[in-house]
Amino acid sequence: MDVLKIATAGSVDDGKSTLIGRLLYDTKSLTNDKLEAIERASKQKGFDYLDFSFATDGLVAEREQGITIDVAHIYFSTNTKSYIIADTPGHVEYTRNMVTGASTSQAAIVLIDARKGVIEQTNRHFFINNLLRVKDVIVAINKMDLVDFSEETYNNIKADFEALMEKRDYQDQRITFIPVSALKGDNVVHGSDNMPWYNGQTLIEHLEQLKTEDIYNTGTPRFPVQYVVRPKTNEFHDFRGYAGKVYGGDLSVGDDVVVLPSQTKSKIKEIYAYDKTFDTASRRSSVTITLENDINVSRGDMIVKENDLPTIEKQFTATICWMDAKQLTSGAKYLLQHGVNKVLARVENIHHKINPDYSGISTDAQSLGMNDIASVSFKLNRPIFYDAFKEHRTNGSFILIDSQSNNTVGAGFIQ
Amino acid sequence: MTNTAHINPLENEAIYIIREVAAQFENPVLLFSGGKDSITLVRLAQKAFYPAKIPFPLMHIDTGHNFPETIEFRDNLVKELGLELIVRNVQDSIDQGKVKEESGKYASRNSLQTTTLLDAIEEFKFDACIGGARRDEEKARAKERIFSVRDDFGQWDEKNQRPELFDMLNGEIELGQNVRVFPISNWTELDVWSYIEKEDIDIPSIYFAHTRPTFIRDGLIWSTNDDVVYREEDELVEERMVRFRTVGDMSCTAAVLSSATDISTVVQEIRDSSISERGARIDDKRSEAAMEKRKQQGYF
Repeated sequence: MDVLKIATAGSVDDGKSTLIGRLLYDTKSLTNDKLEAIERASKQKGFDYLDFSFATDGLVAEREQGITIDVAHIYFSTNTKSYIIADTPGHVEYTRNMVTGASTSQAAIVLIDARKGVIEQTNRHFFINNLLRVKDVIVAINKMDLVDFSEETYNNIKADFEALMEKRDYQDQRITFIPVSALKGDNVVHGSDNMPWYNGQTLIEHLEQLKTEDIYNTGTPRFPVQYVVRPKTNEFHDFRGYAGKVYGGDLSVGDDVVVLPSQTKSKIKEIYAYDKTFDTASRRSSVTITLENDINVSRGDMIVKENDLPTIEKQFTATICWMDAKQLTSGAKYLLQHGVNKVLARVENIHHKINPDYSGISTDAQSLGMNDIASVSFKLNRPIFYDAFKEHRTNGSFILIDSQSNNTVGAGFIQ
Repeated sequence: MTNTAHINPLENEAIYIIREVAAQFENPVLLFSGGKDSITLVRLAQKAFYPAKIPFPLMHIDTGHNFPETIEFRDNLVKELGLELIVRNVQDSIDQGKVKEESGKYASRNSLQTTTLLDAIEEFKFDACIGGARRDEEKARAKERIFSVRDDFGQWDEKNQRPELFDMLNGEIELGQNVRVFPISNWTELDVWSYIEKEDIDIPSIYFAHTRPTFIRDGLIWSTNDDVVYREEDELVEERMVRFRTVGDMSCTAAVLSSATDISTVVQEIRDSSISERGARIDDKRSEAAMEKRKQQGYF
């Protein structure tokens, strides 16, 4: 079964939780006991309608304040797909959560309140989804019931958003506009009698026809070695397998490969998935590979095809999203985790901050604060094997770890 | 003809996570309850390291109130796979005066497990504990990270969690801290059942329909066992054909009426079911925030 991960982005009160609740309700994904809990909670708050946001706002603090403060994951499935929604908060200060949610998603829903139209926050939500190269973005213009289901309002908002799209870096991103009322259920799962002027798909119809081969990013095959399997049993006495996940493209038995960083050449001998062997390992599969030659390979090494080498360098420039209260400064050192590989990194230069709302850059940045996005160059203590993020979503990204707090403090996208 | 390693995105993700645990931590353990989720974890761990053995032990926190079928199953499984099993008993924590047995109609040892678990983590100096929790089970679990850091007191700071980007897992911790790892975070109950069916994984017999003495309380079907489960005199015992959807303690796990005696009919019943799995967990009904409170204290 296909699994589609979707990130949601919207400002406070855009009705994100209500939209998700509506998706669950209309796809009959809410069970009786959950429905009862929603009814009970809605009644307690004195609402005369069902408040679906109770289905998703999981933490006590959130229920008290009526806002979503962390990424929550919501699951439902149809006959064709399993869906995972990363419900990310819309507040300015929680940009880091939005980046987190978008990093694992292939599609995103950007919510706009039809009464407010495209606002500064919308720019941010779109910017981040474009920066993270999410392939399919659905602009859900919500609360259409509060603007009398007006086609004109919808068209104006759409035109404003299209103006924004001209500024985007990742032009191939697919954008779809859908006018919805999450509260009343128009164009979420069921069509809308209130908007006969809209002939497009409902939200769920659009999601259902997305094909994973189109929305998962492809690239050249990269196989970072996670773990070396050495059973040392009688049956597998000399077995030396390299366990990992295949990224970008497929790998097959007989492929001429190079092991990095040693640059040793070999051939793929076997591909194991559990106790079965296969001719080919497709991208995204977790397998164990053996090589023709008895060479020294360890965790953090990377197996690639001979004619398709990544960049092997000790320095690069990347777009950084900073996620920690403690600031990033020039000269500071961090642990840099690139896939399963960890190296030491020093900040060489903060080139400029990028305003995440398409309003330009500021060049005199000395440090980065929480939620800042900037172009930063790094020097590493040893080379890593990377691709540019725009060529390879997995092999072009990394995280920064503060070696004192051990926290993940930043995300990077190699330019 | 070529054959291609198939894509099951959830399985690939879980195997990747389990391998990260073995690679990033010195002393991991798989928390095994004998339930279907932890049985699924064992299969995924087998797959992750084949043809080598699973490179870490299993640990069971035994409340003493487990279904006997579960314990029997557990012992057979570790024997068959040649795994190391550590058992720590809630009864010992009670005898040592560390926790106090609950009393009354809804008495359960479920929440007492936390102390025994935290003590065992300290005793063995485990730095990573793999568990079978899923985000779809409960709202507070929906916020849980895949690598979830616990401080020296085993506590979960839900407002200050590390962001998890792409599939990079940050396992950096200080001495004394540990990480709870949830490889099947993104699986739903149905995903687990479908996987058990597809992979032909053995599970304890109480997951299939059988007759047993039961009584009804608060609209739920309770298993009768007067040593463990308190029962009022007017709560009459009756033989019913039931199965369990989740296997916790006898004192906090309700049964559902069922005629599903094999895995494919169980999967079908789950598909058609209109009560979520935790709806049959009596401990979650205590309050809206029941799970979140227990998690903050270090519960799994």
